[in-house]
Amino acid sequence: MSHALRFRPRGGASLWLGAALVGALIAAAAVSLVWTPYPPAAIDIPHRLAPPSAAHWFGTDNLGRDVASEILAGSRISILVGVVAVSIGLAFGVALGLLAAFAKGLTEDGIMKLSDFVFAFPALLTAIMLTSTLGPGVVNAIIAIGVYNVPVIAKLTRATANGVLSREYSLAARAAGRGPVAIAFDHVLPNIAPALIVQATIQFAIAILAEAALSYLGLGAQPPQTSWGKMLADAQNVLYNAPRLALYPGVAIALSVLGLNLLGDGLRDALDPKLKART
Amino acid sequence: MLLEVAELAVDLPAPGGSQRVVDRTSFSLAEGESLGVVGESGSGKTMTALALMALTPEGAQVSGSIRFEERELVGLGEETMRQLRGDRIAMIFQEPMTALNPLHSVGAQVAEPLMLHRGLAKGDARQRAIELLERVRLAEPERAARSYPFALSGGERQRAMIAMAIGCSPRLVIADEPTTALDVTVQARILALIDGLRAESGMAILLVSHDLAVIAGHCDRVMVMYAGVIMESGPVDAVLRRPRNPYTLALLEARPRPGAPRGARLATIPGAPPAAPEHRAGCPFAGRCALTLDQCWTTPPPQVAFGANHMSRCHRAGDVGFVR
Repeated sequence: MSHALRFRPRGGASLWLGAALVGALIAAAAVSLVWTPYPPAAIDIPHRLAPPSAAHWFGTDNLGRDVASEILAGSRISILVGVVAVSIGLAFGVALGLLAAFAKGLTEDGIMKLSDFVFAFPALLTAIMLTSTLGPGVVNAIIAIGVYNVPVIAKLTRATANGVLSREYSLAARAAGRGPVAIAFDHVLPNIAPALIVQATIQFAIAILAEAALSYLGLGAQPPQTSWGKMLADAQNVLYNAPRLALYPGVAIALSVLGLNLLGDGLRDALDPKLKART
Repeated sequence: MLLEVAELAVDLPAPGGSQRVVDRTSFSLAEGESLGVVGESGSGKTMTALALMALTPEGAQVSGSIRFEERELVGLGEETMRQLRGDRIAMIFQEPMTALNPLHSVGAQVAEPLMLHRGLAKGDARQRAIELLERVRLAEPERAARSYPFALSGGERQRAMIAMAIGCSPRLVIADEPTTALDVTVQARILALIDGLRAESGMAILLVSHDLAVIAGHCDRVMVMYAGVIMESGPVDAVLRRPRNPYTLALLEARPRPGAPRGARLATIPGAPPAAPEHRAGCPFAGRCALTLDQCWTTPPPQVAFGANHMSRCHRAGDVGFVR
């Protein structure tokens, strides 16, 4: 019996590759907290645009900054933006989604219409609108991306929560005299958690991409902070002299987003037992 | 009387107005009594049961009177109603496969109402849950309490559901098709268990079923519902042996019977239940009845009494069983 019941991850290759890439991203950020080859913002004009070497693994940029150090330090901003923006989305989105699912009627309609309204603007447009009103900077970028996450999570929460509430065990819980708050925490949340985890992973990837785009446009990280998006923007000025400078942050962004998406897909397969039966 | 229902009506929101799914039903239930509710799908049996617990779907309009333990339940606040649910009135559901949360252990789910209504601490509630699982004759109650629903069979889950329902010694247990999802041998054992618990504790049972044999074997009285209306009600023996309503008779004739010739077709009731009962002027069964007269289409049928507590709602109640 214990054999059949043992947890066997079903995500397969995408789960493990995704986990490895995300692990590498987290490791890079962790390492950069205590050590980078050079201070990431240290300017060294005599050695500008140096090619990769033992001293500078990825070479230096147009101001002589060590690219490897910048990439490491940039991962911090990506993770910070991702974690906080997704947390904002989860905190408000789950609360609003549950409220909509339980309240029904006008409250549900109101919350969903408001979500649709926010949702109707593309993520980047929302972020650009907010950062240009609130002013550029990482904090405002995080808020802007977080705001975009709220309706995504709210819609998912409401839809999946309604699914759980229509199951007989939710009715049985009400018949046993349990109130809506108890049902929300004991019955609804545990049952919708897999869907939320998968969506949060995907939103994390979108957040990284959005932060890079905002920083590229000068609305995100401000000097002396470094960010992969800002590195792309800097590299653009010397694209003909040193095209490799655009390559490093570009690859870093692509691998992070790819890793998170693979992880999300892998988790979806691993957490949803019904999917296995269908394929 | 433990429960007295008078003129209970339930209207569900429908496109372009509302639909009456329970139409002015009145019945009562004494302590320790077992009342069967029988009817086709969509006859309003489940909605009647849900109305008693104020668990009708969102937007449903409930009118009339439900007096339980001398207290009016229609219009009672949700907060007060919640204190009654699972404590004084409990419910057993049809699908033991979906009525238990797959993510919580069986013991935790049985313990839940005890912690909620009796204020038991977690450990005490768990201990009591194991006793309850033993009381519903679940083999190895300790193991069952630790198990998750997927590890139990349908019959075992239904026993766990019953343990959950009787935990706080309710005075009324509503069993909505409690054995429909189970196979026949398990069904017999579950029903015997419910009978035993009723005898022990003196709780009243409202047994909703579409199976006449189940009702016949396990209820004192029966009411036959059709399109939200009680067509006939009375002592089980009287109603099922000597039906006074053409609908009850038709239901009885539609049963498979032992000894029927091989290849014989089951008797059926022609037509389908009316979709929108609010538009009818006369008897809801008029279009499908073998005894229909002109007045059946235009005038609501009267309630005709036959001896003690036996009532039939039919223009031709006296003719049933004599004229074809």
